[in-house]
Amino acid sequence: MAASDSGTDDSLYPIAVLIDELKNEDVQLRLNSIKKLSTIALALGVERTRSELIPFLTETIYDEDEVLLALAEQLGNFINLVGGCEYAHVLLSPLESLATVEETVVRDKAVASLRAVSAHHSPQALEQYFVPLVQRLAGGDWFTSRASACGLFSVCYPRVSAPVKEELRGNFRSLCQDDTPMVRRAAAYKLGEFARVVEVEYVKSDLIPMFVTLAQDEQDSVRLLAAEACAAVAALLPPEDMEQLVMPTVRLRAEDASWRVRYMVAEKFVELQQAVGLELARTDLAQIFQALLKDTEAEVRAAAAEKVKDFCMNLDKAHQEQIIMTMILPQIKDLVCDLNQHVKSALASIIMGLSPIVGRQNTIEHLLPLFLTQLKDECPEVRLNIISNLECVNEVIGIQQLVQSLLPAIVELAEDTKWRVRLAIIEHMPLLAGQLGQEFFDEKLTGLCMSWLIDHVYAIREAATLNLKKLVEQYGAAWAETNVIPKVLAMSREQNYLHRMTYLFCINVLSEVCGKDITTRVLLPTVLSMADDNVANVRFNVAKTLQKMAPYLDPAVIQPQVKPVLEKLNVDPDVDVKYFASEAIAGIAG
Amino acid sequence: MAGNGGETTWCFSQVKGTLEDDVTEADLISCVEFNHDGELLATGDKGGRVVIFQRDPASKQCVPKKGEYNVYSTFQSHEPEFDYLKSLEIEEKINKIRWLKRKNQAHFLLSTNDKTIKLWKVSERDKRVTGYNTREEGGRPRDPTRVTALRVPTVRPADLMVEASPRRIFANAHTYHINSISLNSDQETYLSADDLRINLWHLEITDQSFNIVDIKPANMEELTEVITAAEFHPTECNLFVYSSSKGTIRLCDMRAAALCDRHAKLFEEPEDPHARSFFSEIISSISDVKLSNSGRYMMSRDYLGLKVWDLRMETKPVETYPVHEYLRSKLCSLYENDCIFDKFECCWSGDDQRLMTGSYNGFFRIFERGGAGAGARRGELTLEASRDAAARPRQPLRARRVAATAKRKKDEISVDCLDFNKKILHTAWHPHESIIAVAATNNLFIFQDKF
Repeated sequence: MAASDSGTDDSLYPIAVLIDELKNEDVQLRLNSIKKLSTIALALGVERTRSELIPFLTETIYDEDEVLLALAEQLGNFINLVGGCEYAHVLLSPLESLATVEETVVRDKAVASLRAVSAHHSPQALEQYFVPLVQRLAGGDWFTSRASACGLFSVCYPRVSAPVKEELRGNFRSLCQDDTPMVRRAAAYKLGEFARVVEVEYVKSDLIPMFVTLAQDEQDSVRLLAAEACAAVAALLPPEDMEQLVMPTVRLRAEDASWRVRYMVAEKFVELQQAVGLELARTDLAQIFQALLKDTEAEVRAAAAEKVKDFCMNLDKAHQEQIIMTMILPQIKDLVCDLNQHVKSALASIIMGLSPIVGRQNTIEHLLPLFLTQLKDECPEVRLNIISNLECVNEVIGIQQLVQSLLPAIVELAEDTKWRVRLAIIEHMPLLAGQLGQEFFDEKLTGLCMSWLIDHVYAIREAATLNLKKLVEQYGAAWAETNVIPKVLAMSREQNYLHRMTYLFCINVLSEVCGKDITTRVLLPTVLSMADDNVANVRFNVAKTLQKMAPYLDPAVIQPQVKPVLEKLNVDPDVDVKYFASEAIAGIAG
Repeated sequence: MAGNGGETTWCFSQVKGTLEDDVTEADLISCVEFNHDGELLATGDKGGRVVIFQRDPASKQCVPKKGEYNVYSTFQSHEPEFDYLKSLEIEEKINKIRWLKRKNQAHFLLSTNDKTIKLWKVSERDKRVTGYNTREEGGRPRDPTRVTALRVPTVRPADLMVEASPRRIFANAHTYHINSISLNSDQETYLSADDLRINLWHLEITDQSFNIVDIKPANMEELTEVITAAEFHPTECNLFVYSSSKGTIRLCDMRAAALCDRHAKLFEEPEDPHARSFFSEIISSISDVKLSNSGRYMMSRDYLGLKVWDLRMETKPVETYPVHEYLRSKLCSLYENDCIFDKFECCWSGDDQRLMTGSYNGFFRIFERGGAGAGARRGELTLEASRDAAARPRQPLRARRVAATAKRKKDEISVDCLDFNKKILHTAWHPHESIIAVAATNNLFIFQDKF
């Protein structure tokens, strides 16, 4: 299409095509055209953009979501194209229409653009154009427009006069009491943000009552968002009001009949803890948290378990240890044996993080038995999570305490029947290599790493080769030469051609890290010898490997050794081999 | 008006679909559903099509009001598919249609076949864009050198076009056949039920759903019951009910736990040991369950009757209405011709005072609640959706009677003369007015109060 940037600035034709494509049958072309809307506007000039283009765009808002989304996004950056801040209000009408469409993504983008555009309004323009728009949306017939309105209060409120502010607070209040749950949800969601710009006295007199009502809404989905807003609202209030204005809601929602609401409280617990201050966190929240860890619904327990470490870390230092030891630890002990594996695995992902908080003695005495239990858990994910967080414990008590239990756990995971589990443990190998030390690793784990290379799942073999590379990076080329390379070389003579291919894949990554000497001296000869393999797939992989390793080879061997082999492959009867050989020749030459 | 509960004289208003004898399989109507204000009426058919009818604006304004509907939009919702993994054909038949509450000028509905649920947007467009830079008015390309000024296109009014576009496709979540979909009062989630599982979806998220009920036994040989229908409570977002082939209805509370394997209430009528027979289990299977608009009651349909339950009483239904008791002696032959497995649906009137459900021979039944039990069963009607009715527009429908015994009175029809191919499975009641839509094979009949 001629719509591309042809660079002929003097010609109007490309722009003309671009404009025509705004209404093309093909969505992709319309989308391209919308994405270059700024080019069109620039060509038309600010005057015509304001008087023709923007009205046209406003009238044609019925397109595919992706086109509308692009349009909503473009308009947010259109200020200069309509003539600067003075004319910012011109952009409001298309964005207003976009803020009423049914697709949430489009509405959200339109609201984001409206918020951006609002910043360019002078206080007068805000009151003249923007506030009426907010009020129109807030009073709209359909919930879509009212829901969109909720996100616009916080941007205009700070810059308008006191009477208008009062109106806006009134509008927001009625949105909080809207008939449709969608609008109440949007209001609950934006309440925290709005509260941040409202004067504290009005937060207390206007918004807190709304917040309390929303937090008792009949719809679970509304209460849930109000629970989410708890932390944001709490953060705005002075400590002395906390007990009276926020805590009752927190307590009620933490005991809500709906598990989804309790889940949200658990999910937001750390933010809440930080917002209410150390004192309340110690006296009240610790108890609530304890209850959440004991919740009847596994999802809630899992969410709370995930927060244990952060909650403990943020506790008042003077009482931290006491609270953890008396209130949290007993719950953790129960969770370690929870019936639900998600709960256990959530706990396993953070439990190691408690060690630095409680110190060496407590870790050895109380936490170590729990780690060991989890390392033997029947669910692989739990074991995996423990293993992947070893470094925290390492710093406190040293890994030696765990080695005895660690090794069987690793071996078992390494041989798990589910390949995804094997994959996960492989990905942790480099980390373990760092923590366990080379000697231990050689003795117990190198064998495993090599056995993965001949796994029957390709993803495992692939991960195993990458793992080798990382190990070599860690332990150095000399280690590779004595421990890894001999075993890898042996694979080049395997019966199974897949193993021979894996050998080549290993070489691809190893040559990068082993250095010129080893690559040229040890790795290259075997690769060259495989050019006569009877399987074509192996032969063309030889070509690919040679191309990959060329930069790491001694330049002196390329002409006499590598080139002849590639030339030979280049006349191979197999087309694929020929193709990759010629690719390699070109690649090495270039 | 439905509101005052006064006597309604049902009259024929319209019939949709061909009245000729040869009916193509694809034209068989498989579901009927009014939208929330009754302005639109949607039907789905075996051929995967959805037809939407719109209330004629003129018919609404005349006094007394008429309930006439015209075709508004027709679209192909589902196509036949083939599941290559299981070597199974997936029929395009629309099992259920549910309207979303209105959120803007457009209308949205969910339609489902056995496996895939789709969200459709039905919208109007009455504008057209004109003014091309690179083409002449006639459409011929314009010589690029002649493009000397840029034209911004303009929008002109045009003929009204109604277009239906698929917005979301919710697939790959059901191993068995979907029998129900139901929207939650939070207006952002819905459930879909198949024989063994119920999933919860968010209307904007197509790639994940949550399993909230799973009655699949570890060993399929131990399977004794299947889910037959499921519905959300009209106002309490956390409650839903599902019925089973064993004649029970379970009410679950989603607040209690993420997986609602344990019900909050179990509605079940103790079986009468005297009435027990080979067919007991089959005829007690519930084919449809509907909560009343008020949310206080629910109605269940089994093969021979309707039951109304108070949600607060699990032990027995508060009302029972026999639909075609005269078939009890015919169960053997109904079993042989498979009719005993027919899934009759049922519906509430807008004011919850009346119930409607279908039968055979083109008959459908309307029960006045509270009217029952008064000796002659004054409050119940048997009407017929037939071509005869269509031949007498605006005339009151004749009440039909089936002779329960061999001695047939005048006006009565013998049980042996019933046509079991003319099933009325799907019916719908206008949410506010006395207008009903009755699907009779390939025809949609619309009846209304006398006008």
